[in-house]
Amino acid sequence: MTDGAHDTTVEVRGYLMVLGALLALTLITVAVSYLRLPEAPAVLVALSIALGKAALVAMFFMHLNREKAMVYWPLGLTAVVFVALIAFVLWTEADHLFGTRFTGAFGKVAP
Amino acid sequence: MPFKYLFSTDHKVIGLLYGITSQFFLLFGFALVLIIRWQLAYPSEPMPLVGGLFGEANAPGGLLLPDFYNQLGAMHGTIMVFLGVVPLSVGAFGNYLVPLQIGAPDMAFPRWNLLSYWFYAAGGVTMLASFFIPGGAAMSGWTSYAPLADFAPTGQTWWLFGMLLIIFSSLLGALNFITTIVQLRAPGMTWFRLPFFVWAQFITAFLLLLAFPALQAAAVLQGMDRLAGTSFFLPTGLFQAGQPIEAAGGGNALLWQHLFWFLGHPEVYVLILPAMGIVAEILANNTRKPLWGYRLMVYSIFVLGFLSFIVWAHHMFLTGMGTSISAFFQATTMIISIPSVIVLSSLALSLYGGSIRFNTPMLFALAFLPMFGIGGLTGLPLGLAATDIPLHDTNYVVGHFHYLVAPGTIFALFAGVYYWFPKITGRMLNEGLGRIHFVGSLIAMNVIFFPMLIQGLAGVNRRLWDGGAIYSHAQPVLYLNVPMSVAAFALAAVQLVFLVNVVFSLRAGRVAGTNPWGATTLEWATPTPPLAHGNFEHPPRAFRAPYEYSVPGVDGDFLPQGAGDEGARARA
Amino acid sequence: MEIPYTTEVRPDTGLTNPKLGIWLFLASEVMLFGSLFSSYALLRSGSASWPHQADVLSVPLATLNTIILISSSGTMVMAWAALKSRSLSTFRVYMGLTILGGAGFMVVKAIEYGEKFSHHLYPLTNNFLGLYFTLTGLHAIHVLVGMVVNLYLWGPGAAMWRTEPRRFTNRVEVAGLYWHFVDVVWIFLFPVLYLL
Repeated sequence: MTDGAHDTTVEVRGYLMVLGALLALTLITVAVSYLRLPEAPAVLVALSIALGKAALVAMFFMHLNREKAMVYWPLGLTAVVFVALIAFVLWTEADHLFGTRFTGAFGKVAP
Repeated sequence: MPFKYLFSTDHKVIGLLYGITSQFFLLFGFALVLIIRWQLAYPSEPMPLVGGLFGEANAPGGLLLPDFYNQLGAMHGTIMVFLGVVPLSVGAFGNYLVPLQIGAPDMAFPRWNLLSYWFYAAGGVTMLASFFIPGGAAMSGWTSYAPLADFAPTGQTWWLFGMLLIIFSSLLGALNFITTIVQLRAPGMTWFRLPFFVWAQFITAFLLLLAFPALQAAAVLQGMDRLAGTSFFLPTGLFQAGQPIEAAGGGNALLWQHLFWFLGHPEVYVLILPAMGIVAEILANNTRKPLWGYRLMVYSIFVLGFLSFIVWAHHMFLTGMGTSISAFFQATTMIISIPSVIVLSSLALSLYGGSIRFNTPMLFALAFLPMFGIGGLTGLPLGLAATDIPLHDTNYVVGHFHYLVAPGTIFALFAGVYYWFPKITGRMLNEGLGRIHFVGSLIAMNVIFFPMLIQGLAGVNRRLWDGGAIYSHAQPVLYLNVPMSVAAFALAAVQLVFLVNVVFSLRAGRVAGTNPWGATTLEWATPTPPLAHGNFEHPPRAFRAPYEYSVPGVDGDFLPQGAGDEGARARA
Repeated sequence: MEIPYTTEVRPDTGLTNPKLGIWLFLASEVMLFGSLFSSYALLRSGSASWPHQADVLSVPLATLNTIILISSSGTMVMAWAALKSRSLSTFRVYMGLTILGGAGFMVVKAIEYGEKFSHHLYPLTNNFLGLYFTLTGLHAIHVLVGMVVNLYLWGPGAAMWRTEPRRFTNRVEVAGLYWHFVDVVWIFLFPVLYLL
């Protein structure tokens, strides 16, 4: 709350740089999509770039890089719970989806 | 009540609005199940008195039709959970007490608080109104499983919309509670000086905040299936009423179950945590001792809250999941019983060496302990897949969760009403009537729900319109329906004693001072009732832990949390 | 009766009430959109066949929309920075651009939807389109709500600048956090629905 006008000028330059990076990453992700990579690498690349863009917006536009512990903790919990939702739904339905048979020790496919 | 109270931003008024509305819904939801209980005990006899009120479409000649029975079942569950118990525990008790117990003038966002109430009320009106539209109310269980619910009459769409309103109310409320507890604690009110009730509400708020959106998403998807013709939950090749469905297919009915139970499981901890909080307050006060294991209990509910997000598929053991993911969910489900047992044991151990006063709130709080114990223990065979196979979807499950919610949570809520009534109204509830209410409710609830466990073990499925009468395996246990229903009607009668007590005591109850129970927490340091818009006469401060009862060397058997040096000087 | 820490930060947490409140709200929104992404993952993995998304939808239009929305996120934070530099007029320019960005996004979305409908592609056609319309529709509602809030802050709400500039700046920051979040959701929606 005590930033002076000078700090804001520096900040503004930062925002423009982040904006540039975001636009560049957007063009990159579209370009990569035209390569028509196989499914797994395509998903990995696209989501990684998206994660990178989201991190830039969160860190710099939303100022998460200098937020407080009382904000970090709930967000951290949210991240864990969000991953659990996606991962366990897919894992539970995995047999129906992928025709696998997980029996015995975790992950071992039955003969 | 003057009109202006409906638009007050004072947390105490909003708490009372929630309290009155939710108790109306509890009575309404109870009435619905009384109709069901008549049907189960006396299937070929028309309901006396009210049988003619339901109309030809629902109960010709006063005999329930299956569709109407299903509406009663689905709406009983929905109303009790979402419009009754949670709004009472969180919206009423939470709203009224949390700001007081932390020494705050109000909630962090008073206007959002009011908005929360009105979204809840709107959701409630939507749910009630759905009984009167063609086709009636939702009838696919409170769980609204796809694909059945996708094809249900219009009432199901009203259910979905009502849920969206209720969920939005809860989300706003949750962020209000968390912000209030983090930001508005009075000077000296450090985290580990918070009353356990506040900790319980804090964890509950996180559960609501992060779990409810999954049901919002599910409701949107089911709404799209019903209104826009999508097939999110409709698999390819599905037939309905003998005809192939006219939809693209490719959907997954289990997706609904995942999203529903992702909310559904944390929801049951939302049902129990505030109750544990209330019981903790009342036990400490009526044993004149600090709680045993306060810090341990706090850490336990953190663990409980976190684990509650990763156990949900124990509601889905019979859906064909692989053995390793099943093992994972069984493991987390077994582990989550540990913090629950720690809390229950700490509460029980808190009694040891105490100077126990057996007033009405204490009777309800004490009964909570073994009743919650039975409810929790009966959950263990459900949490293990092998034993869940014969028990899933039987009356055993219904008995299990009712032990937790009825002589569990609702007893805690009764305890809370008897305990805090004098702070809100300035009068005590009558002890004699209270004891009748307690004994009658305790006996009746056990007679209703224990036989359900027996019926379930015999294999009687839940949600059956005829109570299982058509099945040969149900014959030996069908007779239990009669005493269960008689007990349900007795339970209703005993609640009249409570209602009479409330009405009578509001006018003519014994006048209470500001702290009739000799309690330590900050809500008792206010005038009675606490000051409108501000609560405390002087800015409060917390000087010590929340349960400083029977402190050696101090005059009197309690040191109020907000009392300054005089208390400390007396100890020197 | 004043609620403490509405504008001043509470010393031990370093936060104002609205700052914590909006982050908590955004956490719940993460779970809302997260549930829908999880639904997408399940339905797509389990489907016998899934259309090639880039053939059904228009990648160029969506790329344009992505550029518009990201830029409006940029102008939003610049609007807040302008208030920190105590310039209401600069704030008005950047907030105006943000609102225009939102409007532009909605126009392109409307064109996209119109294109689909004119080719008889509806939510009920298949689950991909069902998810596309539901996810982008819900997102669009969030954009609309953000635009309404931003419009209020640009217009009548700005009167607060004269009497309580710090509080107004904080309000813009809170609105900004919401707007950036809406942008982040799109940052994931774009590749998931259009590029994969």
